[in-house]
Amino acid sequence: MTEALDILLPVLGATLRLATPLLLAALAGLFSERAGIVDVGLEGKMLVGAFAAAATAAVTGDVLPGVLAAVAASCLLGMVHAYGCITLRGSQVVSGMAINIIASGLTATLALAWFGMGGQTPALPAAARFLPLDLPGADALADVPVLGRIYASLIGGQTMLVYLALLLVPVSAFVLARTRFGLRLRAAGEHPAAVDTAGVSVARLRYAGVLIASVLCGIAGAYVATAQGAGFQRDMIAGRGYIALAAMILGGWRPGRILLTCLLFGLLDAVAIRLQGAVLPGIGAFPVQAIQALPYLLTVVLLAGFMGRAIPPRASGQPYVKER
Amino acid sequence: MSAPAALPRWVDLVLLPALNLALALAITALLVLLTGGEPGAALRALAVGSVGSTDAIGYTLYYATNMAFTGLAVAVAFQAGLFNIGAEGQAYLGGLGVALVALNLEGLPPVLLLAMAIAGGAAFGAAWAAIPGWLQARRGSHIVITTIMFNFLAASLMVYLIVNVLIAPGSMSPETRRFAEAASLPSLSVLGFAPSVPVNLALILALVAALGVWLLVWRTPWGYGLRVVGQSPDVARYAGIDEGRVIIAAMALSGALAAGVAVNELLGAQHKLLLGFTGGYGFTGIAVALMGRNHPAGVLLAALLFGALTQGGAEMAFEVPDVPSEIVVLIQGLVILFTGALGTMLRPVLARVLAPARA
Repeated sequence: MTEALDILLPVLGATLRLATPLLLAALAGLFSERAGIVDVGLEGKMLVGAFAAAATAAVTGDVLPGVLAAVAASCLLGMVHAYGCITLRGSQVVSGMAINIIASGLTATLALAWFGMGGQTPALPAAARFLPLDLPGADALADVPVLGRIYASLIGGQTMLVYLALLLVPVSAFVLARTRFGLRLRAAGEHPAAVDTAGVSVARLRYAGVLIASVLCGIAGAYVATAQGAGFQRDMIAGRGYIALAAMILGGWRPGRILLTCLLFGLLDAVAIRLQGAVLPGIGAFPVQAIQALPYLLTVVLLAGFMGRAIPPRASGQPYVKER
Repeated sequence: MSAPAALPRWVDLVLLPALNLALALAITALLVLLTGGEPGAALRALAVGSVGSTDAIGYTLYYATNMAFTGLAVAVAFQAGLFNIGAEGQAYLGGLGVALVALNLEGLPPVLLLAMAIAGGAAFGAAWAAIPGWLQARRGSHIVITTIMFNFLAASLMVYLIVNVLIAPGSMSPETRRFAEAASLPSLSVLGFAPSVPVNLALILALVAALGVWLLVWRTPWGYGLRVVGQSPDVARYAGIDEGRVIIAAMALSGALAAGVAVNELLGAQHKLLLGFTGGYGFTGIAVALMGRNHPAGVLLAALLFGALTQGGAEMAFEVPDVPSEIVVLIQGLVILFTGALGTMLRPVLARVLAPARA
């Protein structure tokens, strides 16, 4: 039992930690797409978030200004996206790609210019990072077999942002399904003409969707740089934004299922890290790339209708033109 | 907010892109200023570095070759109404086709070997692009998301193959052994470029490809059908055009064109297969196609511009202190943003400025 826990607990803990940025970004994509704006730029917004968080935390020595800077930087890019897609009715995919490329070039340029450490920011001290929290009573429960350890190192022992991300799942579900704002936001993504007829501004709702997405992407970026890592490295988001996009699609644009998909992707990642360099009987060195490619493959298979059906918000990706 | 104002053709084709480009460069200059550099010197280095000498022009043409191929790839798919974001992965897989032929058939006479290597690259690129095409045509998948995912699948596959299978025995770096001498495309040093400048025969191939695309898409019944599918799928169905077949064929053609990057890079410059040789050209191709209005002539001009930006940006980073080479990526992103998503931003302003003149 103890041996099983020795293997299982670190993997499950890692699953939770690896799933968190995916979850935050996938929920970001959810709010944007539910409002009718396709967001290929999750990756770029996370990247500027990561850089802003690491740079600010390094300069101020405090993590909270870092998070605020991350959210601000991500929102700035998000508003460029919104202006191009909503006000100018430009191509949402092109805008998203542009944002990803700009983010990659901008963060690398600024990191070199400001810190000169080959494109990194200085390693962050403990005070400038999110640290694992000890839940109350962990000591008291330490002697309880199995449960004590699960409580101390899986349920507890995570950073604040992990809990925030998990909390945001029911919050998002509630906002989207049970509030007036959520209903209108979803309507803007399904049937914007109806929203318009009801006298509600489609543009304002879509801006709101993109803004919420930007805030969440900023937090996700801050998590990668100040909780998972301890500083910024070039292109450190490394495709997580696209995996989040995949998780959103596989999750059917629904918060609960998005959580499950993100946990699955987190688990795959944790297992891949664990098996790195392991030698399997008959196969040889474990092909880590196979597991890393699995989220993308699953998304392709789902989209092709070989398992279930992916139905995006009907008006997503289409600019709304008021008069015809 | 009403229908877009009618503007003279030259405004939409020349003035607007030029102004958008100027905006992107202005923001770059501003950023150089913010990071403590001298914008004037930086922009001068950009110009001199891209077209200031014969060799600079050679490098510009070398980069432009890659961008012409991916720009044509995106443009062909776009004419069929498909947004191919997967040129990056298709070019990567094209590299596999090129390398397999170059490494395994090196006994062949040079001309035949080169032709086979190019055909191999085109076939692999076409196959990798045809799958998302098939998924869109027959299974209703969205081509944008599928091609994004296929870029990552291509990257994972190629990392696995290069690191575990194709790596030169005893090599520390993840790359194959060098191709045989017979498998290298002739350089264009006859035109006066130094032998070290990597511009090669692939440039001519790109020009031929552009001409071929123009003939095929604008001058044949098949190409007409392709454009009908792109502009009005309903009309295509009514006219009895098999929309699915056109989509798959257009994607295959697009992927084959994207593989031109592998021809230019592997047969023309690197002479081996290595990790990440596609260097983002697949994404730049989107911008090239956008700026070139998805027409081969426009694509060639836009490729030239982006080639100059890449080469000039690299020189700028080398010459001007405090400007890192990553600024090239930033410039490309800004150009995509301003010419693509924000492309119509200045239209109302221009319409107002030009209106009295036309009245």
